[in-house]
Amino acid sequence: MYRILKKTVLAPSINLFKIEAPQVAKKAEPGQFVILRMHEKGERIPLTIADFDREKGTVTCVFQEVGKTTEELGTFDEGDFIQDFVGPLGVPSHIGSFGRTVCVGGGVGVAPVHPIARALKEAGNEVIGIIGARTRELLFWEDKLRSACTELRVVTDDGSYVRKGFVTDLLKEVILEKGDIALCLAIGPLPMMRAVCELTRKHSIKTIVSLNTIMVDGTGMCGCCRVTVGGETRFACVDGPEFDGHQVDFAEMSRRSVIYKPQELLARETYNQRNTCRCACNGGSGK
Amino acid sequence: MTGKRKSINPQKSPMPVQDPALRVKNFSEVALGYSEATVVTEANRCLQCKNVPCRQGCPVDIDISAFIKLAAAGDFAGAAKKIKEKNALPGVCGRVCPQENQCEKYCTLGKKHEPVAIGRIERFCADWEMANGIRPQEVAPPTGKRVAVVGSGPAGLTCAADLAKLGHRVTIFEALHLAGGVLMYGIPEFRLPKAIVQAEIQNLKKLGVEIQVNAVVGRIATVDELMEEGGFDAVFIGTGAGLPHFMKIPGENACGVYSANEFLTRTNLMKAYLFPNCDTPIRVGRKVAVLGGGNVAMDAARTALRLGAEESWIVYRRSKVELPARQEEVSHAAEEGVRFKFLTSPTRFLYNDDYWLTAMECLQYELGEPDDSGRRRPVPIKGSEFMMEVDTVVVAIGQGPNPLVPRTTKGLECSKRGNIVANPETGATSKPGVFAGGDIVTGAATVILAMGAGRTAANSIHDYLTGKQ
Ligand SMILES: Cc1cc2nc3c(=O)[nH]c(=O)nc-3n(C[C@H](O)[C@H](O)[C@H](O)COP(=O)(O)OP(=O)(O)OC[C@H]3O[C@@H](n4cnc5c(N)ncnc54)[C@H](O)[C@@H]3O)c2cc1C
Ligand SMILES: Cc1cc2nc3c(=O)[nH]c(=O)nc-3n(C[C@H](O)[C@H](O)[C@H](O)COP(=O)(O)OP(=O)(O)OC[C@H]3O[C@@H](n4cnc5c(N)ncnc54)[C@H](O)[C@@H]3O)c2cc1C
Ligand code: SF4
Ligand code: SF4
Ligand code: FES
Repeated sequence: MYRILKKTVLAPSINLFKIEAPQVAKKAEPGQFVILRMHEKGERIPLTIADFDREKGTVTCVFQEVGKTTEELGTFDEGDFIQDFVGPLGVPSHIGSFGRTVCVGGGVGVAPVHPIARALKEAGNEVIGIIGARTRELLFWEDKLRSACTELRVVTDDGSYVRKGFVTDLLKEVILEKGDIALCLAIGPLPMMRAVCELTRKHSIKTIVSLNTIMVDGTGMCGCCRVTVGGETRFACVDGPEFDGHQVDFAEMSRRSVIYKPQELLARETYNQRNTCRCACNGGSGK
Repeated sequence: MTGKRKSINPQKSPMPVQDPALRVKNFSEVALGYSEATVVTEANRCLQCKNVPCRQGCPVDIDISAFIKLAAAGDFAGAAKKIKEKNALPGVCGRVCPQENQCEKYCTLGKKHEPVAIGRIERFCADWEMANGIRPQEVAPPTGKRVAVVGSGPAGLTCAADLAKLGHRVTIFEALHLAGGVLMYGIPEFRLPKAIVQAEIQNLKKLGVEIQVNAVVGRIATVDELMEEGGFDAVFIGTGAGLPHFMKIPGENACGVYSANEFLTRTNLMKAYLFPNCDTPIRVGRKVAVLGGGNVAMDAARTALRLGAEESWIVYRRSKVELPARQEEVSHAAEEGVRFKFLTSPTRFLYNDDYWLTAMECLQYELGEPDDSGRRRPVPIKGSEFMMEVDTVVVAIGQGPNPLVPRTTKGLECSKRGNIVANPETGATSKPGVFAGGDIVTGAATVILAMGAGRTAANSIHDYLTGKQ
């Protein structure tokens, strides 16, 4: 069992958990993820490691409530326990000496970008950060990113904060302004990563994306996380989650990511019914 | 032989099973187990042969005639104790051992009649003990040595049990959230109830074995780190064959194409058949095709029916006689309505605009000359392409070794296929203090062979630790 030491609501439906997991913290590197299972009946879900503290033995995850599991996880509080928490999984980000880099984080993707940007800067790279959210109240960690990057630019879809637009608008400006960019890293919703890649492809800027496919074990055993990269089938959990964005078959990936759509809706409905029914039936869950 | 005294029933006492029409609608165990009366009758068929030929067929060397004699006398506690001298997982082996190729193959009775139902008697004794309270086993005084066991499949569990009994301190590291390996995530509930597996694992804990789940070796620590920093004097690697093979044909990533590992893990380990009461979903369409002909394929095809598929097909590129699955499983599958397409293999998968599988194109095969495996090689018939409409495919054509541990362990010799090279007599690898066994060494094999390898390695680890080597 893994204790939640700290919970912070970063934005409506976006939570931060600091979790006691010394074995994971000891080896965690930027770009890696964990798989957690809330309780006996829970699903195994992957979450990126947004921060870690080796001395204190803690791992920080930031997650957005998008379905049954993440919604229920959002009801967990400080002092509660998570049944299973396994990691660090996946290949760590390659932190080299590149020169000028751009790190793009969209929505909840701002969190996983943070440790990578920080490591890139510590390795002597220039790091231009670009973060964006749908609206002002969904934007978080601006301060953290500002100190992790050499320079930070911010945007909101609806213009409710700083300026209106998409992260790709800012990226376009950065490319025009600065010219030579050695590496771009983009983490966020699939359409955002796809749009970033289309843009950087035109300018031949090497781009790394972190793929959030559906996963079960996270150790290369089930193959459900397979993606086509450069025409070859790769397993996102062990070969990734980071890949060369220009090689990724995003169309395939987005169609694979909705495999369980009907089940996801049913799970959410059942869960919400259970939580609103106030008689002793426990929402008919049989518990 | 003096055994020809009484008239012997030429047939094994039949195993009571759930009615096929009912059992395809549930996940409860198919084979219900002998009654006390039946087990005594069956045990009395044993001739108590002096040279005990059956024993040579058992990779863990159970004293078969001795335990059967105790069972024949109704001393089930004694029989269970006898079995457990050699086998830490009798409830598992009695159910899933391919007995017809092992112990029962060598049974004297089997020459003229059906052999003694050794596995079924073993199962009964294990279940009896579980129901009546398990007696603790003896553990040698602590040696002060520590052993890390990587992977909690049958190989790792057996190795751990043996070493613990010899007084060593054993810690098992398991990547998943439950111990048991394929016994938990692969073999379905209706063939091997998970409660049985967990009960046998509880036994192990009583021997003092510590089990750390959610611990992926290669990530939380490498094998070298376990020895250098973790304080372990030796390591056993039993990480199995958990890497799914695909056909490498077009359309394989379409939605609706599963690896057997994913299909079975979602169902068994994650209990997707209880969805939405358990959170993990699975999607099974109306018409399912399972590619392959082994136990894994049979399990997937039978699981598909239980998950509500209208039709479930085994599509196999050789013919019925070459099916590698146990005969009993093939007939159970057929009774339940699984259908077979032999001498057939797909060439590509077709899908609709939403990327959902709609059909597969197949080729017809015929049998040619024998290949290295001694079986006749399937040869495609030119121009025999035909379409098979399916909305779910489960690929069950085999598994390879997971590369995580080999890749992160310095100086560990591996074969071209990525299996760890270990001496079959000792389990020793190219790295001092590191031993290996089970599917990670042999490639996908059987529970009992993995256990045998775990036992062999435990003996050599003991010698290594006590300086007898
Ligand atoms: C390597 C990796 C790192 C991730 N990191 C983060 C993170 O740091 N923060 C965060 O908020 N989310 C992250 N995700 C996504 C997160 O795992 C999913 O949001 C979560 O599993 C959804 O579960 P649910 O039951 O709440 O929603 P569901 O109802 O199951 O699904 C809602 C949506 O999430 C997608 N989804 C469902 N199951 C999974 C799954 N197992 N993996 C990925 N996507 C899924 C579905 O396609 C759907 O669009 C990551 C995913 C991966 C693969
Ligand atoms: C569906 C199916 C049905 C089968 N039916 C039968 C049958 O009827 N009869 C029979 O005899 N055999 C059967 N088999 C084969 C049998 O189950 C295997 O041969 C046997 O389980 C191999 O045992 P093992 O201990 O080597 O590995 P496994 O059982 O594969 O266990 C390996 C364990 O190691 C863990 N692991 C892997 N990597 C790491 C790591 N880096 N760190 C920590 N842990 C790790 C895995 O999670 C797993 O739990 C079947 C197999 C399958 C898949
Ligand atoms: S363990 Fe398997 S091979 Fe050995 S006696 Fe039992 S059933 Fe036979
Ligand atoms: S060979 Fe058959 S009959 Fe003889 S001892 Fe073994 S089980 Fe009994
Ligand atoms: S999640 Fe199972 S192989 Fe990647």
